[in-house]
This record gives sequence, C-alpha cells and structure tokens, in this order.
Amino acid sequence: MDMPTPNPAVLARKARIVERLLGVLPKDAVIHEEAETRAYECDALTAYRCPPLAAVLPRTTAEVSAVLRICHAEGVPVVPRGSGTSLAGGALPTADCVILGVARMNRVLETDYDNRFIRVQSGRTNLSVTGAVEADGFFYAPDPSSQLACAIAGNIAMNSGGAHCLKYGVTTNNLLGVTLVQMDGTVLEIGGAHLDPEGLDLLGVICGSEGQLGVVTEATLRILPKPEGARPVLIAFDSNEVAGACVSDIIKAGVLPVAIEFMDRPCIRACEAFAHAGYPDCEALLIIEVEGAPAEIDAQLALIAGIARRHNPVEIRESRSEEEAKKIWLGRKSAFGAMGQINDYMCLDGTIPVTELPHVLRRIGELSAEAGLEVANVFHAGDGNMHPLILFDANKPGDLQRCEALGAEILKLCVEVGGCLTGEHGVGIEKRDLMTVQFTDADLEAQLRVKDVFDPAWLLNPAKVFPLRVTEGRRAG
Amino acid sequence: MRGLLGREGRSTLGGVVAANASGPRRVQAGACRDSLIGMRFVTGEGVVVKNGGRVMKNVTGYDLVKLMAGSHGTLGVLSEVAFKLLPVPEAEATLALEGLSHSRAVEAMAAALGSPFDVTGAAHWPGRGTYLRLEGFSASVDYRAERLAALLAPFGAVAPVASPWAAIRDVKPFHGRAGDVWRLSVKPSDAPGLVALMAAEVLLDWGGGLIWALVEEGADLRARLPGLKGHATLVRASAETRRRLPTFQPQPAPLAALSAGLRAKFDPRGILNPGLMA
Ligand SMILES: Cc1cc2nc3c(=O)[nH]c(=O)nc-3n(C[C@H](O)[C@H](O)[C@H](O)COP(=O)(O)OP(=O)(O)OC[C@H]3O[C@@H](n4cnc5c(N)ncnc54)[C@H](O)[C@@H]3O)c2cc1C
Repeated sequence: MDMPTPNPAVLARKARIVERLLGVLPKDAVIHEEAETRAYECDALTAYRCPPLAAVLPRTTAEVSAVLRICHAEGVPVVPRGSGTSLAGGALPTADCVILGVARMNRVLETDYDNRFIRVQSGRTNLSVTGAVEADGFFYAPDPSSQLACAIAGNIAMNSGGAHCLKYGVTTNNLLGVTLVQMDGTVLEIGGAHLDPEGLDLLGVICGSEGQLGVVTEATLRILPKPEGARPVLIAFDSNEVAGACVSDIIKAGVLPVAIEFMDRPCIRACEAFAHAGYPDCEALLIIEVEGAPAEIDAQLALIAGIARRHNPVEIRESRSEEEAKKIWLGRKSAFGAMGQINDYMCLDGTIPVTELPHVLRRIGELSAEAGLEVANVFHAGDGNMHPLILFDANKPGDLQRCEALGAEILKLCVEVGGCLTGEHGVGIEKRDLMTVQFTDADLEAQLRVKDVFDPAWLLNPAKVFPLRVTEGRRAG
Repeated sequence: MRGLLGREGRSTLGGVVAANASGPRRVQAGACRDSLIGMRFVTGEGVVVKNGGRVMKNVTGYDLVKLMAGSHGTLGVLSEVAFKLLPVPEAEATLALEGLSHSRAVEAMAAALGSPFDVTGAAHWPGRGTYLRLEGFSASVDYRAERLAALLAPFGAVAPVASPWAAIRDVKPFHGRAGDVWRLSVKPSDAPGLVALMAAEVLLDWGGGLIWALVEEGADLRARLPGLKGHATLVRASAETRRRLPTFQPQPAPLAALSAGLRAKFDPRGILNPGLMA
C-alpha cells in the first residue's frame, strides 16, 4: 500500500510546529514524543502503521479551530481521528501529519425529547449516545458492531451503518446537524434541530466524506422512541441460494424487519466453536429480528415463518424469552471475535442487489478456492451489504498480499453485479485504488472538486479515498 | 404543488428530487433525499456524472446524491434517479383531535411522535383538527390506534377520521386564496411562538416542524421572525415581491461561500438557474 512521501520541510519543522500547538493547547493534549505517538500509528486496519508527527487531543471546538489554523499556516496535513476503529485505514497517519483526536470531546450538550434529538460532542461513543437517553425510553438508531468503542465523529465521517439500519437507515438518515471546523479554522454550523437545512445539502456530503472536508466537533442526532419489544427468529437452510431467496421473499411480502443477518457455514462453525450459541449445523443461517408489541411481533414472526417454510428450512427457532433471544444473537455478535480467534482476517464490505446474493456467494466460493484462502460470510442480507471475511496468516510471507488480491476480486465482483465497493466501512486506503472500477474519471473529478471547495490546500486526510495518482497534482498544490 | 401554485402540468421525478420535496411521511420515512440511492446528472460544462448506484447501502466516495437533491437545478441537470422503494402499507388509520390551540397541538403531536407506535404523519390544520397517522398491517394498525388514542386522551376526544393527508401534502387550505405562501422548517416546539409573531394563517405538518404560512401580498415574513432558528422559503409570490425578497433563506457568509464555491465548480459559467440559490 503506497502512501505519499512525507514532506521533508514539515518533518524538519517539527519542533516549531509542536511549540505552536503547545501555545494553544494544554501540555497533556499535545503528544509528540516518538514512544507516545506510536499509540496513534494505526486504526483497526492494523496491517498498515505509521506514527504521526504529533497527535493533539483538544477538548473544545475553539481548540480544534486553533489547531487547524496553525496546521493550515504551516502546511501540515491533518488526519482527524475518533476512536480509531476504522477497518479501511481511514485514520492511518502519515509521518508528516498531525492526528487530531476528538476522544476527549465526549460530552452531551443537550437532550430534547419533545423534538427528539440529542446534541453531543463528536468524540462521544456511539453506544453512550443511546446510553444517555435509554432510561427515558429513547435510542440512537445506527448501531455498528463496534458501537462500544467507535465515536460519533467516525460514524459521521464513514456514514456508518449497523444491523438495525434496514429499518432505521444509516448515519446520514439520522444526522440533523454538525459543527464543522474547516481546515483554515473557520467554524460552521450546519443544520440543527429542524429538518432539511436551507441551501445546498452540505450536511449530506459532509457525512461520509471520511474526514476530508472538515473536522466535526459537535453533532445533532435524531433519537427515536424505543419500540415496545423486539424478538429474533433463527432460520437454518441447507443452501445459500435458498436462504437468499427467502430473504427476497420476506422483503417483497411487506414485512420490514429491523434486521436480517446472514451467516454461511464457515462463519457458523467458527462462531459455534467460539461462543457455543447452539446454532444448528447447516449451510446458511438467517437471524431476523422484528419489533413491536407482543401481538405484533407474533404476527410478523408467523408471516416470516410461513414464507420460510415454503423454502424447506432445516430449522426455525423462535425465541420465547429474553434469554433465548440473547442466545440467538450471541453467535452473530461474536462473529468478528470468533474469526479473530482462528486467524487473521480481512473484512470486506461490498454491497450487492439482494437478488444477486446466490450468484455472488457461489462466485466467492470459487474465488476463495482458486486463491486457496478460506472466506466466511456474515452480513446484513436485508440490504445486500456483504461482509466476506478472508482468513489469512499475517506471519506467513505473501499471505497478506494474496488476501488483498482476493479481496479486490470479490469487490470487483460486487461492482460487476450492480453493487458497490463499500456499504458502510468507507474507502480509506483499503479500497482507494479500486475506485476506478466503480467510477469514471469524470465521476471522480466531480467528487474531487467538492474537496477543492472545502479544503483548497488538500491538507485534510489527503491520501485517502481517491487513488494517489488521481490526487497527485492537487495534493502537491 | 400544482394546486397551491395554480399551475397546470405534472410533477416530474427530476423536479421532486431537485426540490428535495417530501410530504407528511417525512417525519418517519425521511426526506426525498433519504430514499434516493443513485443518479446520473450533467454538469453546467456538459460532463455526465454518476453517483451512488442501485443498492441500499453505499458509502463509496462522496455522497453527491445528497448534494444534488435539493440543489434546485443549480449544480446540474438530473437525467436518471434511483430510489429505494418500500412496500405499500396494508392499512392506514388517522386519528383526530379537535379544537386544540397551536401549542397544545404541537404538544399532542410530540407525545404521539415520541411514542413507540410508529406515527407516520402528524399535522395540525387550524379550525379542522390535529391529525395523526398510523400505517402497516391491519391488526397492528388497530392495536396501535387504540394505544395511541389512550395516550392522547388528555388532549381531548380522539376520533378516527378519513385520510386528510393528500390535502395536507398539497396545502389545500391555501389553494385559490390571495396572498403569499411561505414554507418554514423549524424546531417543532418553536412553532407556536413563531406562529404568534407571523400574523399569518398557517398549516402545521411534521409535528410542527413544517409551517405553511399564508400572509398578505408582498410581506417580508422573515423580518417578522428575527433570529429564526431554521429557515423560511418563499413559495408563492408575485414577480415584484420576488425581485425584493430572495426565495431561499439567506445563509451566513461562510456557508454561502461554500455553496457559491460548489456552484462555480459544477457550473462555472453560471448557466443553470442563474441567481436562484445565489
Ligand atoms: C470489530 C469491528 C466491527 C465493526 N462493525 C461495523 C459495523 O457494523 N458497521 C459499520 O459501519 N462500521 C463498523 N466498523 C468500522 C468502524 O467502527 C466505523 O467505521 C466507525 O464509524 C469508525 O469510528 P471511529 O470513531 O473509530 O473512527 P476512526 O477510525 O477514528 O476514523 C474513521 C474516519 O473518520 C474520520 N474522522 C474521525 N473523527 C473525525 C472528525 N471529528 N471529523 C471528521 N472526520 C473524522 C477519520 O479521519 C477516518 O477517516 C467496525 C469496526 C470494527 C473494528
């Protein structure tokens, strides 16, 4: 993975840059000793590491603005960082960059149940947003599996999703406003407690821009009343195709489950060995969760079971208690941990039209066999967002490269069938060079021009999202 | 909008997207832009650009789909759009309360929208009623209607009524009436206070978050609402009034600069709807 050569002029001015940063931040908020900057050398894409020039941990929007003014004046690239759980290398530093971490900005600023929103500092973790309103019967809908750790800042930058997004939408559909600090230090208020901000939808393009347009310091988020109840059902099949067809039929029937999760045999096996959730030994497994009052849940589950039965399931397991419901989710929720136990893995994130599911799973099986690397599939089937996990051994020379090559083939397949490279993890550095598979030069140019407007000097997270060759002239200038 | 604007012809999907036009279901299902998953458009330079696609979840590159939705044709001409579709609900029910003041109505709507009963419409039509909609499978709608009615009992008698939603979406009360029409997006609980300052006839949708206001011709409604948090759009007015008052809420300078910057990149010669959003 190529990264741009660090700017020698910036490296040479490290002492002066650090001194200026110390002029606007308390001492403990500027990290510049080599041993300590290592803590910021990577995100959850751990195959790639590089300690930054320095890292700063501001506590207020004013401090963020002061830091950015300095970096702008000194021509120092800035990589914003939330909790560093990006799987795409979105928060990977370069040696000449300042990491701007918002982890200390974690306060709740306002909760308003009448108007159903919460305003938080962006470093607050996803789960603790729900935590702040749960006792009053509300929740924040987007729920990435990393929700215990990841920050709202990263969620906004990646437009993150989660298992329950089938019904409630992803981050962009639940974001009402942000405070954004531009690279030159200008503080912008976009949106707020009202719907649909005036003028061009800047909020819409900021969400998902991977820290390249500005630093988000505060966010107004939509909160929703908690449903009366929720219950999952587990349905086991002896073929991926049939499970895929069942998903299509459920969606067509007008039931809107909050989640439809899909696991294939390699994944079921690994989860079973790890979490002992008592999953049936089968080829494919669906976990479908519905919400509502007890009678509504029963009615929806009966409808789903009826559809499933037409597809000859191996087993339909309903949950009659909280305990049983937890057990159904247990295996799925520990999927990533389970994989981590057996092996190193790379988690892909392409989305495909749901109707292509059987075909794509078959092709992934073939590609996996050709490459000699095992692939386990666990994903959000309701919206076609796949998560093929490629297992490899990081200590075995060449394995990472083979894994990346297989990953690229699988993502190309997703695009080929009418899908896309990434459904919720973002492009980062990981899928940067595949962007030309999905987009023409003109498509990319239109996106680059948006960055030209927000960050004319191309200092914010400049080496991400777009192939380096495409951004070369801009990053230099 | 035909009835409100007194025009003939039919809306096109391109127009709906360009205006990010959303109806009463906005409170629950999101705006037009939230259902939009892909598009192709032609910039002011004649370049064809594709963004998004035809899948439900997609974070590949910048979300220009959102930027284009609501850009009123100032960034490009939309040639293809792709939407996420939902199954048509099996049943619909509307509950009505009568005789509520603006503030009591907004409170009732907040109570309903803050309940777990999945309300898909909440509007206040002064002089007519305060309306709440439920949709879904019939048994579920019946159950939720009963629970919602119980929840709303403190606000007065709750009765099921025929669907008023098409009329609310089309702003029926202002059709064929003299005066200018404004559309405001605000924090719902601010609505009663704002309405008191407006000297206007109003229709409240989105639980109070959307205010349709009918005022005397030529009035500058924005001037009556200093410090407005949200925005006011002039929807219907004479050419003379339009020359004096901008259609869209003026933006703070740094935001206006970003918008102008984007327009300059997508339409360097300023040939697309010149002056409309500037
Ligand atoms: C085990 C595991 C499970 C996961 N499951 C999911 C899942 O289910 N769904 C999903 O969508 N993702 C998932 N992820 C990916 C990841 O958690 C998300 O992308 C998350 O939103 C990243 O948040 P973060 O705070 O850790 O951001 P970081 O990793 O710190 O940064 C991510 C990106 O955001 C930018 N950024 C950070 N802060 C700011 C800011 N203040 N302003 C502007 N830009 C900023 C960074 O520059 C970077 O590009 C998972 C990750 C792991 C490790």
